[in-house]
Amino acid sequence: MTPAVMGAGDLLVLALLALPVATAGILALVPSHRIGARINVGACFLALVAAVVLVAHRPEIGRYLLVDDLNISFIVLTNLVATTTSGFSASYIAHELEIGRLQPRYMRFYHAMYQLLLFAMNLALLANNIGLMWVAVELATLTTVLMVGLYRTHEALEAAWKYFILGSVGIALALYGTILVFQAALPELGQGPRAMAWSELILAAPKLDPALLNLAFIFLILGYGTKVGLAPLHAWLPDAHAEGPTPISAVLSGLLLNVALFAVLRFKMLLSANAAAMAPGPLMIAMGLLSVVFASFMLYRRNDIKRLFAYSSIEHMGIVAFAFGLGGTVANFAGLLHMAMHSLTKSAIFFAVGHVAQAKGTQKIHDIAGLTESHPILGWGLVLGVVAIAGLPPMGVFMSEFLIVTAAFARAPVLAVILVAALLVGFGALFWRLHAIAFGQPTGKSAPVEASYIPMFAHLILVLIAGVYLPAPLVRWFQTVAQALG
Amino acid sequence: MARGFAFDLAHLLSGGMVLMSFMLLYQDRLTSLLRIYALHALLLALAVAWQAHAQGAPHLYITAVIALAFKAIAIPVALHRIVRRLGIHRELETVVGIGPTMLFGMGLVALSIAVMLPVTSQADPLAREDLAFALSVVLLGLLVMITRRNAVGQVVGFMAMENGLVLAATGAKGMPLVVEISVAFSILIAFIVIGIFLFRIRERFDTVDLQALDRFRGERR
Repeated sequence: MTPAVMGAGDLLVLALLALPVATAGILALVPSHRIGARINVGACFLALVAAVVLVAHRPEIGRYLLVDDLNISFIVLTNLVATTTSGFSASYIAHELEIGRLQPRYMRFYHAMYQLLLFAMNLALLANNIGLMWVAVELATLTTVLMVGLYRTHEALEAAWKYFILGSVGIALALYGTILVFQAALPELGQGPRAMAWSELILAAPKLDPALLNLAFIFLILGYGTKVGLAPLHAWLPDAHAEGPTPISAVLSGLLLNVALFAVLRFKMLLSANAAAMAPGPLMIAMGLLSVVFASFMLYRRNDIKRLFAYSSIEHMGIVAFAFGLGGTVANFAGLLHMAMHSLTKSAIFFAVGHVAQAKGTQKIHDIAGLTESHPILGWGLVLGVVAIAGLPPMGVFMSEFLIVTAAFARAPVLAVILVAALLVGFGALFWRLHAIAFGQPTGKSAPVEASYIPMFAHLILVLIAGVYLPAPLVRWFQTVAQALG
Repeated sequence: MARGFAFDLAHLLSGGMVLMSFMLLYQDRLTSLLRIYALHALLLALAVAWQAHAQGAPHLYITAVIALAFKAIAIPVALHRIVRRLGIHRELETVVGIGPTMLFGMGLVALSIAVMLPVTSQADPLAREDLAFALSVVLLGLLVMITRRNAVGQVVGFMAMENGLVLAATGAKGMPLVVEISVAFSILIAFIVIGIFLFRIRERFDTVDLQALDRFRGERR
């Protein structure tokens, strides 16, 4: 990737990385939070444009960066949700400043961190080097930790600290796994960057030492699995979602969990390509299923609206891990689709929840009732989001869950029964809570909010369209990726 | 001969780190815990420098200097000051008694050797033993984190764990990005230490007992 032969694709990749960094630098200096929020939205949108154009103009595989079938879908999704969330963030932050929950002086920091997070996620997705990917995931952890603690309350600091310690332990384990993968590649690919490059590793995978790969994968799934929020390593997730600013809950659930799972998927491909290595599936199935069962029961005990949906994120990441663990084209296809649907739906729900908590002045479920009466648009938006996330037709989540369950019944009926039971349990919990929140007589305080409805409904419409009709090129593209995933 | 000596010295230094990790396990005073950690980091700096020399990889000297200046000197000094300024209890509360902890630690070392040596049978012997020792240091660091109730004690456990990772990364011959990774880790640690100081975190937040946290939040009815 020398400058002399730089094509359009290389420039776009560069834009995806350089743009957020440059914007972060600018935002750190812009004193007005209003202008800062606008620049934030604008920069995210430009990154989204670059990501979309990148689909058509893929660059050559570079030494440290690459664009392939797998990561391009994640890149588009990440930049899309980052853009809509920045729009939501602008109205959310304005309200928080108005009621004095946030100080204006933190805003430069907040916006700069938002862009830095986008940079870290793009880098983790684009990296053609497992070491570089690790550094990027670490950077993403650091920026989100800082943002989770933004409110400076005792609870927020505690949540940030807990996230920090558990996340650090997780990425430490992931690094050990990364070193082991390098060690496995050393005899085949020799010293230097080649032995850490994806494009080389995946080609050499059948010849790598299987025992080392097995061990590496255990460390990697424990390490990156902590970041995915898979049970029993999920302890940081509900706190971080509940105590941080809501835009951060949306990007955590919608994007960062996906990025960590993407890392796991890359290594899973490596193991699948090696016939002598253990099958990575059972481990992922076990952790996924445990997460689904655990989270669905935990949903009943929640009393905080953001924690409720944080546990729902654990449930859905469990479903995705289960699907990829099952493997095969159908399950992988469904897993990819479910990841995208969950990102869009869950961030839409957090957009609604953020404004609901502002309107009601509380996150306690008991103090929120009759939203469809007092705030019809917000209330119905939330209802629609919950209908989608619970997996009711015609929304997209229904389709992906249906595919996963079908694939599971064909391959492992016993596991499928457990999965379906857990899904129904979770379904019941969500609707029981939703009923109290959305319907009935409005109670408690109720302030008008200047909400931004566009991001929320944009996501929900996308989810609806995906549930009714998936364009053929998209299906074909997902199928290619699903086949590559093994 | 040179080969044999290179091997022995690398062995001695990484073995010394395992020993220091064990010493971390039974310290019951914060100041002595920090002193042992400084020694731990000093041994890491020596081990990395020796690897740099033995592998003929001069860029690893950067990692060694970072380990020496940052981990062996700056961080312990900063943590000593934090302990004094915040008036943190000098006595360390441990979750489990010292006896069982030490036994468990020995089990972890045995486990890492039993796991690592068979799978790396094709690797270079120097890297091979280094990886086994490094895994012991990582697991012992994790054990230190689990058995301490105090934020500073936990951070020391994390840093010991991270030293094990740097040892593993430098032991893997010709691994790229080692320097970058060690820098990234140093930034992480600096943030943790600043975090403790700024937010006056004295006690460990219990990460295992979710119920206690939920009660604290009024999550339970």
